[in-house]
Amino acid sequence: MNSEHAVIVGASHAAGQLGASLRQGGWEGRISIVGEEAIAPYQRPPLSKAYLAGEKHSDELLIRPATFYEKSGIDLVLGSRVTGLDCRAKTVTLHDGAIIPYSKLALTTGARVRTLSLPGHDLDGVFYLRDLADVDSIRGFVGPGKSAVIIGGGYIGLETAASMRKLGMEVTVLEALPRVLQRVTAPEVSAFYSRVHGEEGVRIITDAAVDSLEGSGSIESVKLADGTSLKADIVVIGVGVMPATELAEAAGLAVDNGIVVDEFARTSDPDIVAAGDCTNHYNPIYDRRLRLESVQNATDQAKTAASTLCGKLEAYHALPWFWSDQYDLKLQIAGLSQGFDRVVLRGRSDSGRSFAAFYFSGDRLLAVDAINKPKEFMMVRRALTTGMTADPGKLADEAVDIQQAFA
Amino acid sequence: MPSVTFISHDGREQEVHVPVGTTVMHAAIDNGVSGILADCGGACSCATCHCFVDETWTARVGGADEVEAQMLDFVIDPQPNSRLSCQITITDELDGLVVRLPASQF
Ligand SMILES: Cc1cc2nc3c(=O)[nH]c(=O)nc-3n(C[C@H](O)[C@H](O)[C@H](O)COP(=O)(O)OP(=O)(O)OC[C@H]3O[C@@H](n4cnc5c(N)ncnc54)[C@H](O)[C@@H]3O)c2cc1C
Ligand code: FES
Repeated sequence: MNSEHAVIVGASHAAGQLGASLRQGGWEGRISIVGEEAIAPYQRPPLSKAYLAGEKHSDELLIRPATFYEKSGIDLVLGSRVTGLDCRAKTVTLHDGAIIPYSKLALTTGARVRTLSLPGHDLDGVFYLRDLADVDSIRGFVGPGKSAVIIGGGYIGLETAASMRKLGMEVTVLEALPRVLQRVTAPEVSAFYSRVHGEEGVRIITDAAVDSLEGSGSIESVKLADGTSLKADIVVIGVGVMPATELAEAAGLAVDNGIVVDEFARTSDPDIVAAGDCTNHYNPIYDRRLRLESVQNATDQAKTAASTLCGKLEAYHALPWFWSDQYDLKLQIAGLSQGFDRVVLRGRSDSGRSFAAFYFSGDRLLAVDAINKPKEFMMVRRALTTGMTADPGKLADEAVDIQQAFA
Repeated sequence: MPSVTFISHDGREQEVHVPVGTTVMHAAIDNGVSGILADCGGACSCATCHCFVDETWTARVGGADEVEAQMLDFVIDPQPNSRLSCQITITDELDGLVVRLPASQF
């Protein structure tokens, strides 16, 4: 072991991968992962899915067992918040005043929930959902026959609704926009999810304006601007996240809707890389800068960052992909649909539970939302990675094998 | 504890021991076996945990369900003994299982 010390701030998807990839890439110095949460890196996606529904135990969430870090010579410094970063002295300060010197630093601080300052937001039983601790608290308020109001009809809100239905609860989802998933999908996909949630017994209210959260001590109801009052034993707010950039900003690193990094995950400081939800990076497939919130991005960008720290520059060029599980719906998304001007459907979205929506900009295929259509997802992932083109007419015809629609 | 042996595409063997109930994917990740990526953490959504079950074990391991089979059609170099390793759970009957890993996951 040499005297170099790589310090990774944050201990989640990106951090765990970065540490593991540093060792695989031949980093011989010390590696420390410093994280605010008291637990080793764990899978966040199941929090709103199997874990909330009580189908998974917290032990099963760990991405790698504690012994992995020991064996790999990676120090986990958990339950520790980094409060200061001095790029000139090359040190970070922890909440308890401890100062840790680094030779190389990696910021994997992820994202924090966007909060709402509604009247009553501090009542018992009102939650955000980002960390394991959040869900452990939420689980104290769930149970058959209880009423839940979910504020926000994005993936996390809808997954939470589905999990709570599984638990036998009465669930209402409030969406401020005219349709759920409005920012991320085509109208057909939104309509599909609204229909299925309705069939499963969830009430969805769109164009909803929340006026206040009511209760004495604990939440009792949610009041809408139109006067409607909804009974609530629990409220979960899922209205998006913001990149955790305070440390980077205070230290004077370039920040613009995320910590600005180049294709090698380097920040504006040559000794500091960043990866995951906290970064704003360039994607060559879509030729624009992006901030993504996905495990794929956290994992793949962490690998790039680790290579960079090991002195091997490998540009980040992965295809974004994402998934979401609700009820018996397995949604897999390959690519990014933003900027589409046309949607081609394969299968029916207005009945049943399986179809794919292909997003085009002109002739160019941008992305697919595949619901219980794993072949379509796999095919598009391959096509977008290898630059194949798609024939919209064949895509729309389920009688044509999906492979025949690509050239 | 049951053992699982991973054989990389270039012939390197790695034997690991894992508790009953662990998936083959976790057996690899937990022990730093490279060649399995497991981006989705076992949700059967990513197909980056593809492996080939050694022919002497395929009958005991069993086949893929429909979703898994559809994803397997599109992995690199699919074979009749292809499986997604996150969908195989280790039991006492599978003690000594041998799986081979592909050169690339995608
Ligand atoms: C409920 C839920 C469901 C999701 N479902 C999916 C899904 O199905 N598919 C998918 O691809 N993605 C999903 N995501 C998104 C995915 O979890 C994130 O993209 C991923 O966790 C990003 O990883 P990260 O390491 O960049 O950041 P994060 O996971 O946000 O981790 C950052 C960590 O850094 C710590 N930290 C921050 N600042 C400091 C500091 N100053 N000092 C010390 N520690 C600090 C935080 O406490 C946190 O633990 C989901 C997210 C949630 C919350
Ligand atoms: S780990 Fe993703 S499909 Fe197996």
